[in-house]
Amino acid sequence: MDTTTTHNLRDKYAIVGVGETTYTRGSGVTTRALGTWAIRNAIEDAGLTMNDVDGMLSYSGGDSTVGPYLAADLGIRLNFYMDCMGGGSSTEALVGLAVGAIEVGMCHTVVIFRSMNGFSEVRIGGTGRRAKAPLGGDRLHTAPYGWFSAGQTFAPAFMRHMHEYGTTPRQVAHVKMAHSRHASQNPKAYYKHRVSVDDVLDSRWICKPLHLLDCCVETDNATAIIVTSVERAYDMRHTPARILGVVGRCSKPGNDPHLGYQHGPITTVGAHYAAPRLWSSAGVGPDDIDVSASYDAFTFTAMFQLEAFGFCPPGEGGAYVSSGDIQLGGKRPNNTSGGHLCEGYTHGMNMVIENVRQLRGRIDDYCPLDDSQTDGARHHSHDYETPGACRQVQDVNLTANLGWAHPGTSSALVMRKG
Amino acid sequence: MPDPAAPLQPITGEHMGMPLSINALDLPNRDYFTYCGAHDFRLQRCTDCDLVEYPPRTACMWCGGSSLEWVPVEGKGLVYSYSEVHHAIQPALRAHTPYLILMVELDTQRGKPGDQDGVRVGANLVTAHGDLAPPDLVAQVGIGSRMRMVFTDVGDNFALPQWTLDETADQPTPWRYPD
Repeated sequence: MDTTTTHNLRDKYAIVGVGETTYTRGSGVTTRALGTWAIRNAIEDAGLTMNDVDGMLSYSGGDSTVGPYLAADLGIRLNFYMDCMGGGSSTEALVGLAVGAIEVGMCHTVVIFRSMNGFSEVRIGGTGRRAKAPLGGDRLHTAPYGWFSAGQTFAPAFMRHMHEYGTTPRQVAHVKMAHSRHASQNPKAYYKHRVSVDDVLDSRWICKPLHLLDCCVETDNATAIIVTSVERAYDMRHTPARILGVVGRCSKPGNDPHLGYQHGPITTVGAHYAAPRLWSSAGVGPDDIDVSASYDAFTFTAMFQLEAFGFCPPGEGGAYVSSGDIQLGGKRPNNTSGGHLCEGYTHGMNMVIENVRQLRGRIDDYCPLDDSQTDGARHHSHDYETPGACRQVQDVNLTANLGWAHPGTSSALVMRKG
Repeated sequence: MPDPAAPLQPITGEHMGMPLSINALDLPNRDYFTYCGAHDFRLQRCTDCDLVEYPPRTACMWCGGSSLEWVPVEGKGLVYSYSEVHHAIQPALRAHTPYLILMVELDTQRGKPGDQDGVRVGANLVTAHGDLAPPDLVAQVGIGSRMRMVFTDVGDNFALPQWTLDETADQPTPWRYPD
């Protein structure tokens, strides 16, 4: 166990507000407009006013706006802001930075946003503008070979996992099947239709071992979450999602843009180093977690992270994701919103939003609203079989978000109810 | 003395219609690809720990040492992992699918410094003449295949390393994605 991680802030901070735009293709507006929309929703969700927020953090990959525009548009005066470069695994890392910014006294309430036209402007799959840019410098070792997109870049790690452990495409396809069932209970999801394991295996090749349906959806959307201290959290609208432990962009050795492929077995990913930090920091273990949110840029990334964070023994990720455990109604559902494979692509933030709502018991599914409440409470049926029904998990106390940037870098966040 | 105010000239090239460039300040990549241009595969070796580096870098990834020297390295190894690309992202590659991305672990320095470490050099599977491999050749190569390096010229004193099957080696039955 890594004893260098800090334990002293466990339980002292919380996520108190979450908000998003629609998940769409062709938003028709700028990332600035999307960002203000999502942040407004998150502030309203928390029961706050614009004057109650004084910190802002964001991440992007040169494909988005920056915080000061959104703060100005919303009438928010900031005591602190930073706009960071990053994609997957940034959400959890910025939650940790928000806690640090508040703890050190730079601000008291931080909104974190990610705004992107990931389909209509800068396509996350790499086609369009990015595919036509001149190739230079360190990228000359990969891009001229058509080793370029996220899928192409990660594929050797996925293939090697199959070679070393006997992981099968059929096992891994269960991730998409499960997440599509979850998305069928999510009015917000871009893809709501259910797909079978055979549908995944019969879909066309992108790059082996990835079929089309092993890959996430590209969408336009903005997402936002609000972090503050528990003292403030208890004055707000919802039961807070308390932060037990966080790991931010923890990396394996030699983690340059060759993604750690020069070091050790390439099936040993950043999460291998993040896991002991996460569980010692949070004071709980994988067996305690009720709902997981493992980053599903691809079916394989969800499997890699679940395995490396200890939800199953090393090499048994394929068996774990095909066991039924990760489905609603199973032992530990993963990505109950449908995640990146089905709900929309946000570089991880929609999965934090979903877990906050699971912890509150305020999932926005198709179940009827409880008219006696004003906080989004519903009469949840817990019918996960019928499409267009329920995705609220019963008695959720602990959730884990497992963020993936690439094979060499991982973040994580454990939250608990109240 | 060069004029410090003069604009720095990048090294430029072109591969399959894709423009390539190396910033004049990027000495590690400039040197690496210039050696490749002479069809001479060299890597940096740390004079402190004697381990070689890949890709080119500014200090030793194994010990942090700052003194790196270029040494000839045998361009041979075996396929550590791969992907077979059917949906090309870059327009230049769309007419060439399926193509193989090979991550080849060099025989040099395999199992050092850790027993599972290795120098893994990515490139495409090409013919012995340096052309992207046709489908029948793509179907022959997988994890374990023994490869040798060839070069594709992309400009003056500028070439990309590539991998082709080593005709002189005993080829094992490679591991391939189970179709």
